[in-house]
Amino acid sequence: MSNFLTASIGRKFLMSITGLFLMMFILVHLCINLLLIFDDSGELFNLGANFMATNPAIKIMEPVLGLGFVVHIIWSLIISIQNMKARPVAYKVSQQTNSSSWASRNMLVLGALILVFLVMHIINFFWIIKFDPHSLSKVLIDGVEMEDTYTLVAGLFKASVVYDLMYVAGGLLLGFHLAHGFWSAFQTIGLSNKVWIKRLQFVATIYAILVAVGFSVIPLYFLIKF
Amino acid sequence: MEKTINLTLKVWRQNGPKEKGRFETFKVSNISTDSSFLEMMDILNEQLISENKEPVAFDHDCREGICGMCSLYINGRPHGPDDDVTTCQLHMRKFKDGETVTIEPWRAAAFPIIKDLIVDRSAFDKIIAAGGYVSVNTGGVPDANAIPIPKPDADDAMDAASCIGCGACVAACKNSSAMLFVSAKVSHLALLPQGRVEAARRAKAMVAKMDELGFGGCTNTGACEVECPKNISIANIARLNREYLVARLGE
Repeated sequence: MSNFLTASIGRKFLMSITGLFLMMFILVHLCINLLLIFDDSGELFNLGANFMATNPAIKIMEPVLGLGFVVHIIWSLIISIQNMKARPVAYKVSQQTNSSSWASRNMLVLGALILVFLVMHIINFFWIIKFDPHSLSKVLIDGVEMEDTYTLVAGLFKASVVYDLMYVAGGLLLGFHLAHGFWSAFQTIGLSNKVWIKRLQFVATIYAILVAVGFSVIPLYFLIKF
Repeated sequence: MEKTINLTLKVWRQNGPKEKGRFETFKVSNISTDSSFLEMMDILNEQLISENKEPVAFDHDCREGICGMCSLYINGRPHGPDDDVTTCQLHMRKFKDGETVTIEPWRAAAFPIIKDLIVDRSAFDKIIAAGGYVSVNTGGVPDANAIPIPKPDADDAMDAASCIGCGACVAACKNSSAMLFVSAKVSHLALLPQGRVEAARRAKAMVAKMDELGFGGCTNTGACEVECPKNISIANIARLNREYLVARLGE
């Protein structure tokens, strides 16, 4: 096991495992977020957010999630540097559009842009909820007092067109990243063959569209309705 | 009916492994569209020799698409604009009259340039030597039908074994990864009972050698599969990943 995590397939294995983990998180995150647009009083979303904030299982998973992000990002850099070193002299003429998808060739660029989005996103919401909860107003739902995260999120989306568009862009970037990332993760851990590769690529497309449309629809809803 | 075309060629010239290379431009005229790409290169070299210039060095051998010796990155694609053929089987009918054709060697740290368009592909031989074989003890010749092999396995093994080791996968890959080559070699042996015995050791040894020689890692762009003259499937890469991970995690 000594050099497993530095061997080419070992490095990819780590990217795949963390990627699959992050994709599960994204699905949960999307489900909770969609509560934003199904109840304009905000009660549904506040209940969801409060459940996620107080649930012990989620509390345990939070640092694991952070670690997942860190490993996925650091290893992507290590892999990219190694891969760039493998071709010191570039081609003068190169036609890659026929043989591979744009997203598959630009996972690092897409990932970097998503990281920029992620930093903005954390500053917008996570940081305030986690480290400055006193700035949030409180609501009483079914006799339980909880932070009014709906007002925080909906407030931002109602107030700023720029933020709305940034969040739409974030959703689209994530969609492109995952259109390749989803099936690629299965291919890397060997859970693919001649038959399943087509099925995985199909599911990847569906998943990517779901994520891109799902996340984009939320700011657009607030932009159009309010 | 024979048709002829005139072309402008931009060819990579490099005197030796340590020398600085550059592109040189040549004109060739009255090239029959029925001739092969390598025949066009021969005509260019005849022309250069008659002008007392150094001919362009390029790899070739069988010229019937089975030896894996020819290479050339033509107009941005390994083995040129046609699909599923090697450069020697690429015909000049695939080019238009007056077209500029850029001809480059395979570009990879693991394939250093020897001269002009010739690269050193002995890295592939080193990977094979690391484990791409079946150890056979001497003795009587085993009976041909003693070990039954399911037809689907035999088919997959044959498909993987059709890899000629030309290196187009490395040339096509943005990471110069040799995963398609290594996966084809690991697959065609791992799928057969004779090769199964050493499968775990083989996968580990060949991947370790591939990493050591400076090939990049696989990011599943799938470009190798598209450009491979023998249509080797990236399903083989999934199999190699599986073989390797099972071997490593079972240590």
